[in-house]
Amino acid sequence: MENRVDIKERMNAIEPSAVWSEAGDGMFKVPVSAFRGLAERLRNKEGFDFLRSLTGMDWGEEGLGCVYHLENTSTGENIVLSTADTDRENASLPSVHDLWKGANINEREAYDFFGIKFIGHPDLRRFFLRDDWKGYPLRKDYDPSLNPLNMENEGNEDEAPSYEMTPDGSYILKRHPLFEDQEYVINIGPQHPATHGVLRFRVSLEGETIKKLDVHSGYIHRGIEKLCETLNYPQTLGFTDRLDYLGAMQNRHALCACIEKAMGLEVSERILYIRTIMDELQRIDSHLLFIACLCQDMGALTVFFFGFRDREKILDILEQTTGGRLIQTYNTIGGVQADIHPEFVRKVKDFIKYMRPKLNEYNEIFTGNVIAQQRLKGTGVLSREDAISFGATGGTGRASGWACDVRKRHPYAMYGKVDFKEITYTEGDCFARYMVRLKEIEQSLNIIEQLIDNIPEGEYQMKVKPVIKLPEGSWYTAVEGSRGEFGVFIESHGDKSPYRMKFRSTGLPLVSCIDTISRNAKIADLIAIGGTLDYVVPDIDR
Amino acid sequence: MKRNVNIKSMKYEDFNDNEYIEQMLKELRDNGTNVIVGCLDDVIEWGRSNSLWPLTFATSCCGIEFMAIGAARYDFARFGFEVARSSPRQADFIMVAGTITHKMAPVLKRLYDQMADPKYVIATGGCAISGGPFKKSYHVVDGVDKIIPVDVYIPGCPPRPEAMLYGLMQLQRKVKAQRFLGGLNKGISEKEYERLMREDTNKAEDLKEYDESGLA
Amino acid sequence: MFDFGIITNWIHTQLTAVMSEGAAVFLECVIIGICLLLLYVVIAIIMIYMERKVCAAFQCRLGPVRVGPWGSIQVICDVFKMLTKEIITIRHSDKFLYNLAPYIVILASVMAFACIPISRGLEILDFNVGVLFFMAASSIGIVGILLAGWSSNSKYSLIGAMRSGAQMISYELSVGLSILTIVVLTDTMQFSEIVMRQADGWFIFKGHIPAVIAFVIYLIAGNAEVNRGPFDLPEAESELTAGYHTEYSGMHFGLFYVAEFVNLFIISGIAATIFLGGWMPLHIPGLDGFNAVMDAIPGFIWFFAKAFFIVWLLMWIKWTFPRLRIDQILTLEWKYLVPIGLLNLLLMVIVVVFKLHF
Repeated sequence: MENRVDIKERMNAIEPSAVWSEAGDGMFKVPVSAFRGLAERLRNKEGFDFLRSLTGMDWGEEGLGCVYHLENTSTGENIVLSTADTDRENASLPSVHDLWKGANINEREAYDFFGIKFIGHPDLRRFFLRDDWKGYPLRKDYDPSLNPLNMENEGNEDEAPSYEMTPDGSYILKRHPLFEDQEYVINIGPQHPATHGVLRFRVSLEGETIKKLDVHSGYIHRGIEKLCETLNYPQTLGFTDRLDYLGAMQNRHALCACIEKAMGLEVSERILYIRTIMDELQRIDSHLLFIACLCQDMGALTVFFFGFRDREKILDILEQTTGGRLIQTYNTIGGVQADIHPEFVRKVKDFIKYMRPKLNEYNEIFTGNVIAQQRLKGTGVLSREDAISFGATGGTGRASGWACDVRKRHPYAMYGKVDFKEITYTEGDCFARYMVRLKEIEQSLNIIEQLIDNIPEGEYQMKVKPVIKLPEGSWYTAVEGSRGEFGVFIESHGDKSPYRMKFRSTGLPLVSCIDTISRNAKIADLIAIGGTLDYVVPDIDR
Repeated sequence: MKRNVNIKSMKYEDFNDNEYIEQMLKELRDNGTNVIVGCLDDVIEWGRSNSLWPLTFATSCCGIEFMAIGAARYDFARFGFEVARSSPRQADFIMVAGTITHKMAPVLKRLYDQMADPKYVIATGGCAISGGPFKKSYHVVDGVDKIIPVDVYIPGCPPRPEAMLYGLMQLQRKVKAQRFLGGLNKGISEKEYERLMREDTNKAEDLKEYDESGLA
Repeated sequence: MFDFGIITNWIHTQLTAVMSEGAAVFLECVIIGICLLLLYVVIAIIMIYMERKVCAAFQCRLGPVRVGPWGSIQVICDVFKMLTKEIITIRHSDKFLYNLAPYIVILASVMAFACIPISRGLEILDFNVGVLFFMAASSIGIVGILLAGWSSNSKYSLIGAMRSGAQMISYELSVGLSILTIVVLTDTMQFSEIVMRQADGWFIFKGHIPAVIAFVIYLIAGNAEVNRGPFDLPEAESELTAGYHTEYSGMHFGLFYVAEFVNLFIISGIAATIFLGGWMPLHIPGLDGFNAVMDAIPGFIWFFAKAFFIVWLLMWIKWTFPRLRIDQILTLEWKYLVPIGLLNLLLMVIVVVFKLHF
């Protein structure tokens, strides 16, 4: 199903100054002066309530700007906007954080990487890099020698700068305190057992109750997007596995699919089957790890071992075909690395037979446990509106009642042809988030069951030239990763390496909503909330 | 005096870099040692090598494999790496599992400083050893040995759990070959310690808004 | 049933033969003190080993296997390691209190440990208000934990200490109430006497319904009292890294670690003594042959078997249940356990007054 673009026809009436550009997926180029008004109209009148992705861009002469991918969640309509400010020294764009809450951190990211000032953004600090970082690394003219390794401990910036418009059209810098002097602020992370990696929260407490929470990230920011710009397309594939290592297959699938779309390459049915099965195996693996880690964080250590025990079975299957346990580097542009192992089909079937009864074990030891229920039910409630506004996709969004599964919204690979149920809950609390994942394991097993016997004969790798050049244009492809919509945005200027490659992190929206949903919760709830949101930090930081 | 660096039910020849350990033993033997101190030392090293508690520290992919060696199939509790401590004060070694970025580097250094002596560092995976696939990045430290001293390197991306167990055993062998009494136990005086601490304090107070909570 | 009192009395007469009464008593005190500490350490080592093996079994693992047969001397290695670790001085901490705290915890633990009657004639502290003394001694530990958290100059420690303060003081109440229920049944507070009264049946059988309720409350509250899962909030690993002992290293941390495990044993030992007859063998009135066979098994084996059974029970709970939240812990105590405990006490009084017990 193609993205519906009948908005294209209506656009002329909505904003005549928007220019349609055909290259790639196509997008509307909007002048900065008209952008804010257009965004408001699209959000409020046209119902584009989901900001799929916000990508900062450096277009050289054309200035610095952003690409916005919007979706109307009720009609499924999609639109891509771009806007740019030609003043490189003082690039400024109007902020849209009040229209889409998810834009908040995405704009901070764009500020961090490109130095674009978002007028009206309440808290325009750096998000990934240190506060004393010089320059903006994703600009094309960035000089890496500006920032040698700095071993000084990082100070805490307690003031949030914001740029506000004055009536005469210029803007002024204001500073707001983040925490008052009297507040009891504790630091959770970056090295903390419950942050699932190196995320850092500064939490203002009153007794045990959380008053405010400030997320710091970037402790594992490896600059993958910048690195991709220097590599050719096949080389960029290696990084995707290391973004969200629990969704290695899906991430790589997204990038391969995006490049294939740009090349206009159709892959054989066999490849689609294999990719779908692998994605689902990876999803089960990730959800098992989710359950394991959640239970460990909540103190039920034994379930942690159960989760890992069952997970090893999947890793065995993956390893036999791909050669890797955690990072498989399996998908390639136009196919997969190697054909499936002769025993693959039998082993997957054995696994399905093994896994179904094991799910009951989790129900018995954890789901039905009165303490677990007491702790999870009613804590960290994320409303449906907030979930959409933040762009919190995946299990988190579905637990809030938002049917956000990319497999259903924009079916890819074999997902349009298999029969599976999209699990949604309406509570939006930690327990719903947990149950969604538990139930999704079953659905994934169903999907695999439908496909495993029918893998058609065919090529496992299409013929692809060793040097791949994409035509000019920009493309966005999304897959349903283990923890939400994982999107790849490529802008090509016709070279053998991308001009800009952006990965829509699945975890970033999840982390941006953590402040909202953990207010007035207990500090122990924060652990449960973090556990059930199920983010992976390297995926946030990229 | 041949010191025993064997690991139970592992062949000596199965380990790869025996020359390093032998060199280390030779240097120790050259100095000669008192019999009683030597025996006591053997007992201490035996105890220490079989009770190395890791710090739960992971930044990226290797961390998942680190969890896997703690889990049922690989179970590093068998060798005495039982109790993964979350507080650096109580841990014996830090397994640097994952990429270390510029922002993380001071934190890692601080964690290392917070650990109680004797402490060890294992660099796990390509990223920790040399920066791995991200070596050319503007925000990645190419090798943790630039920041903290590394005892054992475990290559791989990520290393298999078997490789990690092998690396952990190599650490055990290294600990067994060391000498706690004389050498490893620096035993600096209370006065010296106070002085160092004060130096450090003054430096810290220069930093505006120094976070007192201690744990990074 | 063998009475260890014979041996101790014999030693006493031998000693008084060669020295004055006062000197003999002093020497005995020293010997007993040393024996007590030795037993304390042995119990600690057994408990830690048991914990590792039991949790490994629950988690489909092997646990330690390399050092000694079945990894049995693994804990000795840990002790060597702990002893040789650096003890870090914390900047801006209250040094005196910081160093004092672990010793207070261990002192409270040893004092409570001394109350447990291990076998006939093997009671160290045994006097007519033994139960009261036990309650008092074991609650000193809270002071140590609060001090540790307060003096560490770390926010995690402080939160951990405050949590444990709130939790342990609350649950002290339920422990007291459930012990009191049995005291009502026995009308004595002396531990040896409590055990002797169970010669014709353990209290859990004799006191039937109220005793069983008291036993369950005691297990829950006792578990919370020693900060074990699912009540391990003060040191909740995933929330506060290590809670009140976050900043402690080396042997100071070791003392907390040991005290935690021995406290678990003490709670189990007291449960065994009060509800399951302590060292008293299983006697069924009327079956003399059976009773004689049971008597052949030495008392201390009975005691340790019962105590370790309860330890195992508590470990099972710990490794199965997720952790509670602080408000849930306090709700459980103040809204459920205390009222139930009070009603249960009343019920026991009725049972005793109307002689409804066996």
